[in-house]
Amino acid sequence: MIDIITQTWSWWFSGALISAIMFFLIYFGQSFGFSSNLRTICAASGLGKSVKFFDFNWRSQTWNLVFLVGAIAGGFIAKEFLSTDEPVQISEATISDLQELGFAAPESLQPNELFSLESAFSLKGFLILAFGGLMVGFGSRYAGGCTSGHAISGLSDLQVPSLIAVIGFFAGGLIMTFLIFPLIF
Amino acid sequence: MKFLKFGLLGVVFGIVMAKSEAISWFRIQEMFRFQSFHMYGIIGTAVILGVTGVFLIKKYKIRDFHGNPIQFNPKEKSIWRYLLGGSIFGLGWALSGACPGPMVVNIGYGFLSMGIVFFFALAGTYLYGALSTKLPH
Repeated sequence: MIDIITQTWSWWFSGALISAIMFFLIYFGQSFGFSSNLRTICAASGLGKSVKFFDFNWRSQTWNLVFLVGAIAGGFIAKEFLSTDEPVQISEATISDLQELGFAAPESLQPNELFSLESAFSLKGFLILAFGGLMVGFGSRYAGGCTSGHAISGLSDLQVPSLIAVIGFFAGGLIMTFLIFPLIF
Repeated sequence: MKFLKFGLLGVVFGIVMAKSEAISWFRIQEMFRFQSFHMYGIIGTAVILGVTGVFLIKKYKIRDFHGNPIQFNPKEKSIWRYLLGGSIFGLGWALSGACPGPMVVNIGYGFLSMGIVFFFALAGTYLYGALSTKLPH
């Protein structure tokens, strides 16, 4: 029984829970969209004084900031109480492709080559994390949503704009993976 | 107290993201290389159940917790902002291996360097806000 909790959760169970979270948020009068928090934090930091995009009643989004804090706690609980620290079981093909780029086979959930503090504070490592974050933040607001807002909520409502955004997510992801990774790794 | 339920849903979200390994850079690479069904299964299951549920909410005019009719706001019609914004997002998603939710779950999980990614995601959001009137939408 404990094994079922500590091993990787199946895709169908995980997908069903994500959908349940979306419906609970809808039932409580809100919607599932995580990247709005980035705009809310900018607004709460006082950036609305200089940039109109951040001049709105951010306090109405407090519920989503509480959701964000819960998500951090959820990550902590998963690590401390629900995991065995097994390396992530990705396919052999991915391991071999990534080895050609200089990444060792997984030892945990994340590659040390990018996320160890030593790498993160090297010049190249820092720039990779910084540009990655910058593009996610810029792109999600430009597109009006991220994976939760477009791929889950938007597609569930059969929104064409969300389908276009998801096509964009994959276009960008494939360009990065197949064209840019060989240049930077 | 009225926010407690959102905090609890956030906790469940964080646990699912971590336990499904959707917060793993390796899983995102495996997805973009089409070498496993795992991530497609997660997103696909959520969307299929989501489409069914949204259909039922509309068909039976289900009301929310406060007794108000549940409404879905159509997103504004356009192509450029979704295609360009989505592509920039995708570049960052593949590079950092995390979209905004998984960034903070990673921080809770102990991958503190994801804090750098999250800080720059805030910077990117600011940059969009400052430039938004000059961008094609």
